[in-house]
Amino acid sequence: MTATTLVVDQSLKSGRRKGVGSTVFAIALWACLAIICAFLFFVLAVIVQKGLARFDPNLVTEHPSRLRPDTSGVKSALFGTIWIMVLTALIALPLGIAAAVYLEEYADGTRWWNRLIELNIQNLAAVPSVIYGILALGFVVRGPLSIGAVLLAGAIALALLILPVVIITCREALRSVPSEIRSGSLALGATQWQTTWKQVLPAAVPGIATGSILALSRAIGEAAPLLLVGATTFLTFNPDGVFSRYTVLPTQIFSLVPLDRVEFRDLAYSTILLLIIVLLVMNALAIWLRNRYQRQW
Amino acid sequence: MSTKTRDGGRPDSGGHPVAWEGPPVDLTAQSPRIGEKIIKAVLVSAAALSVLVTVGIVASLFAPVAEFFTHVSLGEFLFGTEWTALFGDKFNWDDKSWGVLPLVTATLMITLISLVVAVPFGLGAAIYLSEYASPRVRKIFKPILEILAGVPTVVYGFLALTVITPILKPLLGIEGIYSMISPGIVMGFMIVPTIASLSEDAMSAVPLALRQGSYALGANRMQTTIRVVFPAALSGIVAAIVLGISRAIGETMIVAIAAGNMPLFTADPLKGAQTMTGFIAQAASGDTPQGSPSYYALFAIGALLFVMTLLINMISIRLVRKYRQAY
Repeated sequence: MTATTLVVDQSLKSGRRKGVGSTVFAIALWACLAIICAFLFFVLAVIVQKGLARFDPNLVTEHPSRLRPDTSGVKSALFGTIWIMVLTALIALPLGIAAAVYLEEYADGTRWWNRLIELNIQNLAAVPSVIYGILALGFVVRGPLSIGAVLLAGAIALALLILPVVIITCREALRSVPSEIRSGSLALGATQWQTTWKQVLPAAVPGIATGSILALSRAIGEAAPLLLVGATTFLTFNPDGVFSRYTVLPTQIFSLVPLDRVEFRDLAYSTILLLIIVLLVMNALAIWLRNRYQRQW
Repeated sequence: MSTKTRDGGRPDSGGHPVAWEGPPVDLTAQSPRIGEKIIKAVLVSAAALSVLVTVGIVASLFAPVAEFFTHVSLGEFLFGTEWTALFGDKFNWDDKSWGVLPLVTATLMITLISLVVAVPFGLGAAIYLSEYASPRVRKIFKPILEILAGVPTVVYGFLALTVITPILKPLLGIEGIYSMISPGIVMGFMIVPTIASLSEDAMSAVPLALRQGSYALGANRMQTTIRVVFPAALSGIVAAIVLGISRAIGETMIVAIAAGNMPLFTADPLKGAQTMTGFIAQAASGDTPQGSPSYYALFAIGALLFVMTLLINMISIRLVRKYRQAY
């Protein structure tokens, strides 16, 4: 075969078989994406436009109040959110990463108990968040542990909620580390744990960090389970320990809903803006981490 | 050309290694490696904790649900058409109706509305991103979907109540401030990222060779997408939609805020009606003392919700396993 016969007829490239239907189809697909984006921008625009009305220093320096909506803030809720994020991370991340390391590095996937654990995690990832609130209500707030409606109870509920997500994303991060790294380390005499701790985990850190940040940002936006484990509203002090009563930004927003006065509406939108800013910063951090440290093996 | 020379100078894997001629070597570990075993045990227990969570959920539901059904018959619960759990005397079981159907129909109605929004938009976006978009476009739009998924549902609920409902009110003639259609639409956009990103994964996993074969037979991009890629990825797409259904049924804050607190046995999407999760949120945020009928009702509804979503998830997992094509 000679090269001369391989010259491509340009008309084949230019898609002359594209009919009207094909163009309409492409436009419809594009429109779907455009409408989704338009909805997101609409949501963000409404939040920014209405939220700026009360986006002043009082929002973070004053505690919530039913009496002075025009000057009160959400200080206790902001501190509660920070507290609960740190506590949730302390509980969920070590457990999630350990479980992911076991399933990815140690477990024999053909054994029934390992398959059971995997199936179970898949299921837990899709259990409604409010169910985790019921679990924490029955086991932690009342029942066996009975620690009451305190910060730790909320953190346990949220940690269990994001645990499946943390496990799944960490497993993906570990899986993307090529097996040659493991084989090389084992061949040089390292034990399985030394290989995992010194080779595999460091290589997977960007993926694990990204997944963890996204999971935590889901946790701090969550309100439903915390309604059940007693995130109280209109609290006028910051939490001072894990057994302190608490409130968080999402439940604070929920408690502002029935209050119909325009000052409360403005305060609610400013609180939403504050929450969205916190979440966007976390998401941006995760996306930046992923793009900056992602390695192609 | 033989493949041997491309092997980076490695010894020919087909050949025989030189046999070991010394005494037999014991290759088992020389030290017991207690530390390694302890570490493995710690890791196993972390993984086993997830099973414990499921057991915990079932256990925490069991006793209150059993108590609930000593006062309410299963038939009344499943087939009654009136739910007045939070009305009347707080500690009296007998002055209330315990028919769960109004809550279930409202849940299903809002789920249906959300699917009408989410399935076309989610699938359209997924097909565009997977089959039409360049890698650069994909890199821009995937984070947008992630942000859409990251907006807290309490925010969506508040927007549905204070922005979307007032917009829809004159257009559709909604009476009152609550409706099912407004939270349904907003919830649709909430589950779009779930459906879009999982379907996109499924379609991206279809091998390039199938598309090339289709092009070679003269099909254009639309025909290839609809007749080759879509059917090949169907199990993943169905699983994505089923997962979206499960998320819609379990979503709490949007419906608690924008669908109202009135249990209503109706199929009219313009009316507000309380859902199962809406009842849980209302009972939890209101005054529900331990031991009162509404406290037990909260667990009963929670159990029903858990069973429904569990069944749906199992269907989704089964679908993926059964119809996954191995390429």
